[in-house]
Amino acid sequence: MRQKMRALMLVAPLLIFVVVTFIVPILSMLFRSVENDIVANTIPGTVVALSEWDGSTSEPPHEDVYRNLYIDLFKAEEAKQHTRLGTRLNYEKTGLSSLFRTTGRSLDDIGELWQDPLEDIDPNFEEGSFWYEMMSGSGGEGFLEQRRALMATMSGEDMSGEVGFVPSAEIVDLLPWTASAYTDFALWAAIRDGDTVAEEDPWESVYGALGMDLTSPETISAINSYGGPGASALQAAAANIDQLPSFGFREAFVEEDEDWGAHDVWATIKLYSPNMTPGYFLNAVDMTLTPDGVESKPDNQQIYTTLFTRTLVMALIITASCILLGYPVAWLLANLPMRTASILMILVLLPFWTSLLVRTSAWKVLLQQQGVINEILVWLGFVNDADRLILMNNATGTVIAMTHILLPFMILPLYSVMKTIPPSYQRAAKSLGATNWTAFWRVYFPQSVPGIGAGSILVFILAIGYYITPEIVGGTDGVFISNRIAYHISSSLNWGLAAALGTILLVVVLGLYWCYDKIVGIDNVKLGG
Amino acid sequence: MQLIKTLTASTALLVVATGAAYADDHMASDMTLVSWGGAYQSSQTKAYAEPYMANNPGVSITWDESSNEAVAKLRAMNEANNVTWDLVDVVAADAMRLCDEGLAMEIDANEILAAAPDGTSAEDDFGDLLVSDCFIPQIVYSTTFGYREDMVPAGAPAPTDICALFDTETYPGMRSLEKRPINNMEWALLCDGVAKDEVYNVLETPEGQQQALDKLATIKDSVIWWSAGADTPQLLADGEVFMGSTYNGRLFSAIEEQDQPIAMLWDAQVFDLDGWIIPTGLPEDRLNRVLDFVKFATDTQRLADQAKYISYGPARFSSAPLVGKHAELGIDMAPHMPTDPENAKNTFLYNYEFWADYRDDIDAKFQAWLAQ
Repeated sequence: MRQKMRALMLVAPLLIFVVVTFIVPILSMLFRSVENDIVANTIPGTVVALSEWDGSTSEPPHEDVYRNLYIDLFKAEEAKQHTRLGTRLNYEKTGLSSLFRTTGRSLDDIGELWQDPLEDIDPNFEEGSFWYEMMSGSGGEGFLEQRRALMATMSGEDMSGEVGFVPSAEIVDLLPWTASAYTDFALWAAIRDGDTVAEEDPWESVYGALGMDLTSPETISAINSYGGPGASALQAAAANIDQLPSFGFREAFVEEDEDWGAHDVWATIKLYSPNMTPGYFLNAVDMTLTPDGVESKPDNQQIYTTLFTRTLVMALIITASCILLGYPVAWLLANLPMRTASILMILVLLPFWTSLLVRTSAWKVLLQQQGVINEILVWLGFVNDADRLILMNNATGTVIAMTHILLPFMILPLYSVMKTIPPSYQRAAKSLGATNWTAFWRVYFPQSVPGIGAGSILVFILAIGYYITPEIVGGTDGVFISNRIAYHISSSLNWGLAAALGTILLVVVLGLYWCYDKIVGIDNVKLGG
Repeated sequence: MQLIKTLTASTALLVVATGAAYADDHMASDMTLVSWGGAYQSSQTKAYAEPYMANNPGVSITWDESSNEAVAKLRAMNEANNVTWDLVDVVAADAMRLCDEGLAMEIDANEILAAAPDGTSAEDDFGDLLVSDCFIPQIVYSTTFGYREDMVPAGAPAPTDICALFDTETYPGMRSLEKRPINNMEWALLCDGVAKDEVYNVLETPEGQQQALDKLATIKDSVIWWSAGADTPQLLADGEVFMGSTYNGRLFSAIEEQDQPIAMLWDAQVFDLDGWIIPTGLPEDRLNRVLDFVKFATDTQRLADQAKYISYGPARFSSAPLVGKHAELGIDMAPHMPTDPENAKNTFLYNYEFWADYRDDIDAKFQAWLAQ
């Protein structure tokens, strides 16, 4: 036990290092392929209200959904989170990115539809200090903490700290929408902007929220019997609701952008509101999640299954050509006299030490239509000047360049295995009457198989993840799935899809490795003596 | 013991370094600028960075050539809470995305940028080019075509029309196009009889997208798809392609600086903007330094100076009259600017809003089409 502990302690630094810098980042990246909490975090109220909406009918969502959307979106806009949500949802439905961006700009205008008449009814509503007095009190600590937690989740920022405002429990009961909007405003003003809540004019959303509260007859009658701070202004507003907009928030949103009335926009939001989604994985295999279930993508958008198959097939071709080219070279290396062998070895290693980009660019110079190979062929008269060979910007280019680049990974394990095969075996076979071919095929070759196994695994796995070389010489039909992963990581920023594609690739490789183990046996692989 | 010594020593160093950083009015003395590398970055070094360092001895500027993946890297840095960049050069579309994601700082142009020498406010001087709240424009560039003069078939006129791209009968040979739908789809529709102001309305519909792809399919076998701006000049120089699209500054240097037999085809060039963004969440001393630098580097004279080294149009109205001659070749730069009236007879402006929405969707179709 002590011994084991001691051993563990010795490897602990390395273990911790590997876990922290390698395994954890990879797992957290892979987790993105199912993670989808951005919708529920950014517009939590809307998601809850939307869960009661039955998307299968043509009925549009209830006014409550739009009210929640207004309150949620307003604070998301303050925290600059609404456009992130738009980008996320745009992966699923084209047009949502600009819908969220443009709506974000007009949220103030919507609030002013209520703000202006309210301020006309009672000028007290213009005063930040009046609002503060009306909303403050005691007993609303729980409510404050609840809004604080929502705000922290939405903005991803630390919202702890003194707010200098506690909503009164009475007002929270009386005006639930207004209390939510005002508390959000107070939290943001105090903690994010570092202002004194009482001195700040409330957000436009607070006026909109008061408009929401004033549509309920029960609230009106409760206001009339209310005697707390701000009672007279509220009663004036309640008495003059005919001066407030007669339409609701649905009309207000649809007025800003008609897409807010579109059934499929809401269906998409509802579909992607759970915290986990299979959506990215479905996209990664050319399927899509629709309100009617899982469907295949239209033919003209199917790409990933093609790319996965192509990657596997081409990696196999590259592995095979590496075996064909590498085997004789390794044999030479292992059987030539030491001096010649070490010179040859340098020739194998030299390209290995050269930068990948340099080697790939060199292939460009060789392979292009006005390149060295074509020039020589034309000069020798093998090829007509008008129809030069197309050796790059296609699958051929990828196979040629990658075979060359990965060749050392085949030669080196082969060489180290062959080095251990005693030449006397072959001689013994020949002395027993075997032909050269039989001696090689029945005696030498079987002993070199572990080297082929090791080399093939190395080359195949490296080939499957390559993307720089295919990008440069692969054109359109020589690119791999990794090129799309790179594209989604660095250009489209759809990291969820990139993670899903990466996970699938990883699982496929592990699966192939398992098959290999079953068929060939992994203990049959040797990297050396 | 040794370890403790090392620790003490490095702590002391750290304290000294921090002290130095705070010395100059709470301005950091190091700055990491991110740009595109190549001729463009060196024009920035000469026009902005070197004069700035001459005025502020003790300030050191590090360049990072990561602009083409700036959005992804900045997002990753932000998630790791360790933003090491101070100022990032990006195209306008990326600036909008960074702004959308909250990764770029919103700016007030009048407050942080210098006014024009005649007192015009920065906002008016940059005008419409302030396309995003986070974006500080530097240059107007265009994506346009160059063709090999010596490969124009005998008897055929030199191409003057974008649709020469699709006319493989008159102009045989390969073409090089960027491996993405943006611009290519617009050119395809334009040459398929769609009126210029209808292009995006058509491209919004699945039928229009298919129409554009069908048009591109007519030349698919003659296209080499590029992903780096340097590819087309190289392909043209090697005689691999007859014509190809790229950024106009790249073609300028192939034609004027390297004397290649290439000519410009300005028709239907697509204007785009490139400029700075400041990452969000910089510590105060670094922010102060960056603001100081940006104010200097985007003033009227500096933007005009940049045009001495590269043929991109300065983003300020007030800089245009100051554009002079090329620093080494001594040729007049004005006729090489994409904005020159002679070149800008038929132009497109990159439609940011459209592509922000349709990029994912059309790109999926485009890539699937390419893979077919």
